[in-house]
Amino acid sequence: MDILTVEDLSVEVSGRTILRDINFSIPEGEVHVLFGPNGSGKSSLIKTILGFPGYKVLSGSIFFKGKEITDMPTDERVKLGMGVAFQNPPAVRGVKLGEILKGMMRNREEVEKRIGNILKELNFPTDFLTRDVNLGFSGGETKKSEILQVLAQDADLTILDEPDSGVDVENLQVIGAVLSRRLKGKSVLLVTHLGYILRYIDADMAHVLMDGTIACSGSALKILGQILKEGYSWCEKCPRVKGLRCEVFL
Amino acid sequence: MSPKTGSVLGRYSRKAQEWPSCPLSLLPEDVLKRSMEVGVISDEGERAATYLQIDHSVVFQAVQDAFKGKIEILNTREALKRYGWLREYWWRLVKTDADEYTKLADSLWDQGYFIRVFEGEKVTLPLQSCLLMSTENLNQNVHNIIIAEPRSEAHIITGCTVHPNVHSGLHVGVSEFYVKEGAKVTFTMIHSWAQEVEVRPRSAALIEDGATFISNYVCLKPVKNLQMYPTAYCRGASSRVSFNSILYGAGDSKIDVGAKVVLQGEGSRGEVVSRAIATDNAQIYVRGFLLGEHGESRAHLECRGLLLSDGAMIYAIPELLAKVRGAELSHEAAVGKIAEDQILYLMARGFSREEAESLIVRGFMDVSILGLPDKLSSDIKRMIDATTARAL
Repeated sequence: MDILTVEDLSVEVSGRTILRDINFSIPEGEVHVLFGPNGSGKSSLIKTILGFPGYKVLSGSIFFKGKEITDMPTDERVKLGMGVAFQNPPAVRGVKLGEILKGMMRNREEVEKRIGNILKELNFPTDFLTRDVNLGFSGGETKKSEILQVLAQDADLTILDEPDSGVDVENLQVIGAVLSRRLKGKSVLLVTHLGYILRYIDADMAHVLMDGTIACSGSALKILGQILKEGYSWCEKCPRVKGLRCEVFL
Repeated sequence: MSPKTGSVLGRYSRKAQEWPSCPLSLLPEDVLKRSMEVGVISDEGERAATYLQIDHSVVFQAVQDAFKGKIEILNTREALKRYGWLREYWWRLVKTDADEYTKLADSLWDQGYFIRVFEGEKVTLPLQSCLLMSTENLNQNVHNIIIAEPRSEAHIITGCTVHPNVHSGLHVGVSEFYVKEGAKVTFTMIHSWAQEVEVRPRSAALIEDGATFISNYVCLKPVKNLQMYPTAYCRGASSRVSFNSILYGAGDSKIDVGAKVVLQGEGSRGEVVSRAIATDNAQIYVRGFLLGEHGESRAHLECRGLLLSDGAMIYAIPELLAKVRGAELSHEAAVGKIAEDQILYLMARGFSREEAESLIVRGFMDVSILGLPDKLSSDIKRMIDATTARAL
């Protein structure tokens, strides 16, 4: 069964179409990667999947666990089992990281233990739980806080928006190892610009987003190899951008 | 009474209900409940001293046995009779002719409390006072004197409120604080009024060498109009003052709260921090005035305001005046509505929109700015949570 299916999705923000005819699905237990240059629409696609109000679906549908969620509010999608680690989360003054985790808990005891373990694995000091979320956090701390939250949630679909951007090598190793261990066998949608995180996470498939549309889908490693070799200019030359079928990766 | 004072007094009555003195535990339940809503607790064992005034009557004043000889609490009329020297502190920091309300408090004076913390005494439990109005349409004018003798330390919590049946009235409260060398006073005032009550606190503090004065103000319930602008004179070397306020304006409340810090001593430091939330049709003015008169002095002003309704208004007015080189004064102010990206962030963690707003609002009313001991801090946090939970 597919955990997530996106069908013919077109989206506008402030009157401008930013995503066009997006089609892809993630079978349960698979890890899919979303590649794309800056501004190609990766974060917008994530926010549309999450149901952020500014992202207006012009046409198409989104199905999660077999249920259509195209018009469902964000919190309900999350309650249904979607979890996200944001790339650039806002600081929320006065709201403690620990308070958010507490609010997310169902089985308190079990989750408390789980949080304790994840904190240890991430080498993330417990005093962050009593700090205002993301306020004055460094890049690495923000990533760890996001990953802590999404792993504590233990979602059915984990969405990771650039977990490797703005993170130094040592922290990337720590984060990569934790994600690799904790997400084994889980359904994941992973957004990455540079692909560093793929040293730690085995991906089943990748999709390349170019200028608001999926230009290419195929083996994650092969696509990453091409991107590293030729950059995204390789994708610009891709026949699919011109409406033709890509023979290399499909 | 001057004709002008009469005009301020207006339609308010001077005929107060007489209240006999009695211990807190024997107070009528509704009075007790209201007192507790402004931080007063009936278990006198948990407070070093207690003063309770209802209308113009002193109902209770006592120091707990363990603190006798360390602190003193009395009504000001009795205190002035007992101590001739107290005249030196009476109307010294606040002038009788400052405005029509000080004139009123001078000409028609209805008690108030005198608190004295003896030299070197560090009082571990808070002192409490409560000023309550139980008569509809009453005018109550109190005058308080607080003296912290050298190297003493105390927390004072004072609650001002009305009986649940009272809807209108005029409360004028003059408070003069003397924080002597090396002493530290944390004064936390909690107000809970009714929609037709007018409130005019008139306060000033004199802070000597190495002394610290922390003045906290919490106002969470609707009020007709409330205006105050306390002044702290940091006269001593290394004297410190903090004014912190948490304001929640609802209904048709007009709240105008500011603080003035005058930095006169070498190394003096001041801070004015406020958190204001305005909803319904409330209007909140948040002022602050930092005056640097010494070349080695520093102060900062911080105001954050949150608007929860389009009918409400928050007007932040920070003022800085440096009169000598080397006085470092700064301010930051931010007023706005709840940021949508913050709400969405919390919704992406499974909170509903309402839950997310409530979390943000509760977090915004940050009690940690008051710098109180854990117990007092959690009591105030509970009051704020109750207010915001009802509001959202």
